[in-house]
Amino acid sequence: MSALLEVKDLKVAYGSILAVKGVSLTVNEGEIVTLIGSNGAGKSTTLRTISGLLKPKEGSITFQGESIEGRPGHEIVAKGLCQSPEGRRIFPRMSVRENLDLGAFLRNDKAGIEADRERVLDLFPRLRERYEQKGGTMSGGEQQMLAVARAMMGAPKLLLLDEPSMGLAPVLVDMIFETIIKIREQGITILLIEQNASAALDVADRAYVLESGLIKMSGNASDLAKDEAVTKAYLGG
Amino acid sequence: MSLFSGGYQARQDRRRYLERTLSIIAAFGLLFWLGINFLKSPSQFFQASLIGLSNGILYALIALGYTLVYGIIELINFAHGDLFMLSAVFSANFITIWFHRDSSSPAAWGLFLMCLLTVMILAATVNVGIERFAYRRLRRAPKLAPLITAVGVSFVLQFIGLRWNGSGPKTWNSVLPSGYFHISTIKIPYTTLLSFVITTPLLILMSWIVTRTRQGKAMRATAQDQDAARLMGINVDRTISFTFALGGALAGAAGLLFQQTRGLTSYNLGYQLGLIAFTSAVMGGIGNLQGAVLGALLIGLIQGLNDGLPIGLGQQWSQTVVFSILILLMAFRPTGLLGKAVTEKV
Ligand SMILES: Nc1ncnc2c1ncn2[C@@H]1O[C@H](COP(=O)(O)OP(=O)(O)O)[C@@H](O)[C@H]1O
Ligand SMILES: [Mg+2]
Repeated sequence: MSALLEVKDLKVAYGSILAVKGVSLTVNEGEIVTLIGSNGAGKSTTLRTISGLLKPKEGSITFQGESIEGRPGHEIVAKGLCQSPEGRRIFPRMSVRENLDLGAFLRNDKAGIEADRERVLDLFPRLRERYEQKGGTMSGGEQQMLAVARAMMGAPKLLLLDEPSMGLAPVLVDMIFETIIKIREQGITILLIEQNASAALDVADRAYVLESGLIKMSGNASDLAKDEAVTKAYLGG
Repeated sequence: MSLFSGGYQARQDRRRYLERTLSIIAAFGLLFWLGINFLKSPSQFFQASLIGLSNGILYALIALGYTLVYGIIELINFAHGDLFMLSAVFSANFITIWFHRDSSSPAAWGLFLMCLLTVMILAATVNVGIERFAYRRLRRAPKLAPLITAVGVSFVLQFIGLRWNGSGPKTWNSVLPSGYFHISTIKIPYTTLLSFVITTPLLILMSWIVTRTRQGKAMRATAQDQDAARLMGINVDRTISFTFALGGALAGAAGLLFQQTRGLTSYNLGYQLGLIAFTSAVMGGIGNLQGAVLGALLIGLIQGLNDGLPIGLGQQWSQTVVFSILILLMAFRPTGLLGKAVTEKV
């Protein structure tokens, strides 16, 4: 296994306030890695910086051996790093079809795009039913499916998911996590951010625990799920 | 509780009833006014409509620049009207002073087309420059900051116009064919026809770019959510520049067209026509492209009819009529004619 993504000593600030204070993490090819932590720990900030929406203050981000920190977002997407952001952020005045088209904005391989469209619609049959409906008029769960599907239309090498289960009904939460496993089976590496730690540790191979901008613990997901400190803080045990 | 909400419901009903009655009365009044004018002199009626629409299509070119920029970064670009003004002054200098053309001839028409291309490119470039140096760094600042900057840029452009064109209006000879042709009893100036012939393809091209091209897709995505657009691989800075370029090019074309059809330039044109164009954009629903064109044509038509019909309030009431209608419309439809409030579920 080789490291697909390597983040070292990442520090990110909003103005003068440091939100991420030194995060290091690695994602290997084929893995599901999860980054868990409570609200405000700095998870989204880390992910937004990896995607190039924020500029890091310090530290390095390497993707496939190439340093990408500080590069503009559209260049990073072009390298195969696609994100389904926190709060879904689908284009509300566009239909499901148009949202998916935009996910494939940088691609020219017509046949590949159509194949991926079928693939994500098979993964989320609900989106097929809502194909011409405007994103803004769909339910929260449907929007979340669309956000993940849209990110997959970019043919990602690494899929970044920011709290895909947030605000969803329990049935849908289960469905989203099952889909994450299916996506990995299709050969896509995943970095998953979650507040729902137990579900995330369930599907992930490895995990990092983020607390106030610092990595507090890391290891195999199954080990962390049994860890007493983790159980106490995040699993309500 | 139920008593209170019942009262509220009743008040709402009464209000809606009143609104409906008022708008029906207004609509009948309008139809009556148009009807008697039409019966009195059909040819004058068509004449006035035509002049109105040809003004309207010019407003549309400018209005699109406001609405494009508002649509993508929610900025009211106060400097836009002044870009139109500078384009008019540039066109006058280009054709009359630099190339010494002041009458209609095939060679002069060629020069007109060359000027059209030049002024569109130039105005696009200036508009991109303004965004790059004045607005871009304020993109994440509170909304008021770029707004004040836009007012500042407007003054800078007006000052340039003042130095270039002088403090009073200047008149110029047109290189477009003067004279008229007739369709039955309606007298149509060639310049009016040309306004349509030049503007219509520009509007069609514009709508094709926004709805059918990759750049247009990037524009629509950026307008809805900049960060999400970045996550799709869209170069947001370049997309915004492109939008300013489109708006600028249309303002450039409007400048030349205005200068050549009215034979007039003045440093405060930007204020006069900019305000009308901006009003058109608001009337149509700011941010909505078809809305801007519709609003502009309507305002042109209203002005044309009011000024040109035998029974009307006359030219000096033109602005008052336009803005009264705007105020009324805003009271009933705050989002403008085609503007829609989207319901976004969280
Ligand atoms: N746009 C912002 N401006 C200022 N501070 C922010 C901004 N976004 C997040 N923060 C702060 O940064 C910290 C980390 O936030 P975030 O990365 O969103 O946490 P998480 O995703 O783990 O809930 C929090 O203290 C939050 O208040
Ligand atoms: Mg978050």
